[in-house]
Formats: sequence, structure tokens, C-alpha cells
Amino acid sequence: MALIELIEVRKSYRLGELVVPVLKGVSLQVEQGELVSLMGASGSGKSTLMNILGCLDRPTSGQYWLDGREISQLSADQRAMLRNSKLGFVFQNFNLLPRTSALDNVAMPLSYGEANLSESEARQRAQEMLALVGLQDRVHHEPNQLSGGQQQRVAIARSLVNRPQVLLADEPTGNLDSKTSEDILSLFQKLNQEGGITIILVTHDPMVARHGRRTIHIHDGLVVEGAYAAEGDAARREPSPEATL
Amino acid sequence: MNTLRTTATALKALRRNPMRALLTTLGIVIGVGAVIAMMEIGSGSSAALQDAISSMGANVLMIQPGTASSGGISFGAGSVTTLTPGDAEALAKQCPALRGVAPEVRARTQVVYGNRNWVPSWMTGTTPVYLEVANWSMAEGDFFTERDVLAANKVCVLGQTVVRELFQGESPIGKEIRVKNVSFRVVGMLASKGANMMGMDQDDILLAPWTTLKYRVTGSTLTTANQSAAASTASGADTSGAINTLSKIYPGQASLYPERSAAQLANNPMPVRFENIDRMMAAAKDAASVPAAIDQITSVLRERHRIRPGDPADFNIRDMTEMTKTLASTSNLMTNLLLSVAMISLLVGGVGIMNIMLVSVTERTREIGLRMAVGARGRDILRQFLVEAVLLCLLGGAMGIIFGHGGSKLVQAVLGWPVATSPGAIAASVLVAASVGIVFGFYPAWRASRLDPIDALRYE
Repeated sequence: MALIELIEVRKSYRLGELVVPVLKGVSLQVEQGELVSLMGASGSGKSTLMNILGCLDRPTSGQYWLDGREISQLSADQRAMLRNSKLGFVFQNFNLLPRTSALDNVAMPLSYGEANLSESEARQRAQEMLALVGLQDRVHHEPNQLSGGQQQRVAIARSLVNRPQVLLADEPTGNLDSKTSEDILSLFQKLNQEGGITIILVTHDPMVARHGRRTIHIHDGLVVEGAYAAEGDAARREPSPEATL
Repeated sequence: MNTLRTTATALKALRRNPMRALLTTLGIVIGVGAVIAMMEIGSGSSAALQDAISSMGANVLMIQPGTASSGGISFGAGSVTTLTPGDAEALAKQCPALRGVAPEVRARTQVVYGNRNWVPSWMTGTTPVYLEVANWSMAEGDFFTERDVLAANKVCVLGQTVVRELFQGESPIGKEIRVKNVSFRVVGMLASKGANMMGMDQDDILLAPWTTLKYRVTGSTLTTANQSAAASTASGADTSGAINTLSKIYPGQASLYPERSAAQLANNPMPVRFENIDRMMAAAKDAASVPAAIDQITSVLRERHRIRPGDPADFNIRDMTEMTKTLASTSNLMTNLLLSVAMISLLVGGVGIMNIMLVSVTERTREIGLRMAVGARGRDILRQFLVEAVLLCLLGGAMGIIFGHGGSKLVQAVLGWPVATSPGAIAASVLVAASVGIVFGFYPAWRASRLDPIDALRYE
């Protein structure tokens, strides 16, 4: 069974009298351990899809199966728990806490978890994650003392600290130059290959999307051209040349 | 998310903007500081006020002889002569709640100096302790001494009104005045005290050793004291000569009463003590110990007078209940007034906290969104902001206590106002500061917890 499965997901917003449909019946599957790019022009509904995938929003109708559980109708608190334990977020603008050390930034999600780690365990875990993204010598730097690429690495470390199954990256390279972008994207690939983390890369840039082994195109609220589970499996077993970059 | 970690998170959040945290707490600092300073200065002033009211006689007890009655007819207060100077000494020694006991012998007669004369409202024979008991002080000269009392020396101390009437601006010290043909040397002049609560001029007074007044001037009890002047003028030199001879040096040698036959003595044993006094004035240590003082006086006097349990006492004690009540209500009024002013400043401080917390929530919308995205629930956010507000308030409260206490000490040092440290006020203001944090921090925290994570993450 696929790790993520959307079945006929629809989402519409109400603007006064007017009902604006944004997602018009999206169905897709993502297997455990995939690195998928989600592409679409702005206004195509990819952000809305991203929010639904990230359990930040609920679909108007349709089903969302995550790790064998139907979660489209969970309450806000239940979704918060899910986000904490199963999902990691990487944002375009990093969203680090200002004037807070990298270590504290990374350890932050731990304080909302059920695991209830002790202070020293939490620091230990955060340090491991920073080492994983190659920032073991920047532990006590604050965001404004770090470069853009380093900030995004801190953000990635933060998203990994709860050992999620899925990493959702929303335009992770949007604020970075091309060289740094490459570094970040190869970090994603490394995490995917070595850690087996499922990564969904949301972007509008085909150059970025190429780093995924499979691309799902969203156009006008629908998946227009996508790969299905079989192709995805094939891609995973035989890494494409780009993926090794 | 446990409380400890929430507190640590809140502290980190506050440390990100220490200047603002400081300015935000300023309202609470000033509020709590004002409470502490006002409570301390207020309770100091209140204590000073109590002293002042005490000096008006709130803690003074009047001990008077009881009532004689015969065949159902009462003769009124003071109609038996049961109190002695010995009683006064015993009370002073045996009652720890008393500051002093002064015996009083009263008279009312004419005082003459040169070609002027005057009848003081009070002419009181007493001991030197009177000055302390009545909370009085000297304006000029000295009070008479214990030695003067023992020797029944013909010395006296005058009140300002008497001095004005007799001396007209001259200094009275060392002058001789005549009280019913007995010559007294004026040794001192009392400070002005003004009218008492009944509107009677307290400066219209002559004080002398009780022995002098009793044995050289009146030789009578209170019941006859008021008539003594009239009697002496009515019956002329005859009566006065019989009782007050200028040559009498020491009391007790001349018989004051006509000799009675043995039959008369057997038929009518008169309860007369030659060493009786008209009343005693006792001062309790403070207004609060008045009830204790009354108990102690009652037990000592009953024992000395050999009154069996259950029998009526041969004396009565009067306190200034009205004054004590005034005292209590005055200090209550002051405390409440100060408290209400202080509450207003705390309220203003609380509004300041709410204002800044609202700004902070708006400013940190993205942070809230992020925290929600990584798994914070609404109540986690609510708790975090609430804890921040309470921490701010407690921090402000702590600084306020330091500043307020320092301020009141400064006032004490510079202006010399009386100050009393009040642990109750400190505890109360910590409590109030925390409640202000909760009350005024709740709305911003609730707003933060209700944010939609998607909108919050996009907020610019």
C-alpha cells in the first residue's frame, strides 16, 4: 500500500456567494521512499494540494490515506499531532525563529511531541540532525549569522528532528542562488537515498523538479500528467542520472 | 509540553527582545512599586497617625472609685473613697500592659498672682508620671519631682491658659502664686494642648504634687472639692483656717475631722481612708492593649481591695471607646484609599501588558504558524503566550517590589517620613501581578491560538 494516497480530493473556497473550486478531484499515490516533484504554475492549486498533503488543511471532499490511515476528517489537534510525528516541513523563506540559536531552532518541534524527551536528549537529537545536514560547527549561531543555504539546512534539520516519514518542501530553493540550490537539492537526494525518507518537492521550476525521480504536474486543479505507482517503483530502483548529481 | 519547558521557551522568547520586555513591564513595575511604596509609607503614616490619636488619649483609662449606695439610693460615681496612691503604685508595677499610672487629686479654687486671679478648670494633684501618661510635654521649666511629691512641696506647673490669664506675657517660672492662701512656686509651664474632645480647654490647668494639693489645699474628697472654693468664701477664714494652715508642714498630723465619740464610731464606721485619691489615670502601652490593660487593672484592684469573686467592684474603669473606634476607622479608610489608587495603577499596567502582547502576537504570526506547522496545538500556543504574559508580570512585580521598597526607604531617609515594611503588601502584589498577567494576557494568547496555520505562515 502506498504511503500517501489521495482519492478524488476536492477543495473549494467560498468567496462570499461565490464558490471557487481549487482542486477538482486530485488522485495520486506516493510510495514509501520516493522523491517526488510536484510542479505547477502559480494558481494551479499546488499550494492548496501541499497544505492538504501537509495536514494543514482539510479537503472539502475525497479521501486522504497517510500511512494506512484515513485522515481527511481529523480534528485540528489530531492533525497537529500527525504533523508533529509523521511530517516535516521545509519552507521557501526558512521560517527560523529570529535571535534563537540553530540548536534551539532545531529542537523546537521536540517540545510539542508526545515523546517528551528530556532537555539533554532533545539537545542531543538536535545536534545529530545538525550534523546530518553538515552544520555541526554552527550549532550556536543565530539565523542572521548564517548564509541562506545554511539557514535552509537548519530548517531541514528542524524538519527531520522528529524522524518524520514524509518531508514536504515548499519551494525550498526559491530564495537561494543556483549553486546553493544545487547543494540543498543534493542534500534532499542524499536524505532520500540514505535515510529512506519520502520527500515531496513542490516547485514551479523545471530545473528543480528534475531532481525528483517522478514529477506530478498540477494544472488548473487537476493532475494532468503524472506517473503512476509502477513508474515510480522503476525510478526508485534505478536512480536516474540527475538524482546522483 | 510541560510547564518547565514552556517557561524556558517563554523566557527565550522574551530574551529575543529584552528592551521591549523591559518597557512592557514598566507599567507593572510602576504599579507594583506604587503599591509597595504606598503601603509602606501608608502603614508608616498610619502608625504615626495612631500615635497622634493615642496622644489625644485613646489609650488612656480612667479608674474611678465606685458608687456608694444606701437603701437603694445611689450617690453617683466617686462617692466612696476607695482608691489610694498605693493602688496607683501597685498597678504601675503589676500591669505589663500599662505604660504608667498617675493618681489624681482634684480641686477647684482660686489662684492669685499679683493683682490678678483665675479659677482653673482643672487643678490636679498628681505625680511626675502624669506627664507621660497624659502624653504631654513641657514648654518651659521642669515638671515637679518625686521628691516634691514625698515632701508635699509647694510647687506647681501651669497650663498655657492659666499663664496667660495670670502673667500676661511674663515668664511664670520661679514666680510665687497663691492657691487658697497657700503660696506655690511655679516650676514649669506645660506645652499647649488645646481643647479636648468635649471642647474643654485642656490648657486651663494647674498641676501640683498630689500630697500638696490634698493636704495643704483641699483636705477633701472629690465630693467636696467643687464646693471648697464656695465654702471658703462663704464661711470665710474660719473654715479655711481650720483645714489649711499655712504652717502645716507634713500631712496627717492635724485631725481633719471633728473628734467622734466612741459611740459614734461604733454606730457609724465611716469608710474613710485619709490617703485616698479622687481617681487614677492609666495609659495603656498602645490602643490595641487597652482591653488587656482593663483586665489586668481589674484583677489587681480586686485583689488589693479584697473583693470576693462575684461581688461588685468598688471602682470602675472607663476607656475612650469612641476614640478607639475613630482610630480604627481612620486607619481603615487610609488603607483602602491607598489600595484603590494602587489598584488603578496596576490596571493601567495590565492594559499595557495586553497592548504589547497583542502587538507581539501580530508580529510573531509567522512564528506561531511555524510552531503550529511542526505540531503545536492551539492550547500549546495559548499556554506559551499566557506564560509569557505572566512571566512579564512577575518580573515586573519583582522589580516593582525592589523599586517600591527602595523608594519608601529613600522617602524615609530624605523626607523623614515614617515607613513600615509590609510583607502582606509584598505577597499581595506578587499575587496581583500574576493575576494581571493571566487576565490581560489571556485575550492576546487566545487570539494567537486561534490563528490558522496556513494564513499565519504566509503572513508578511
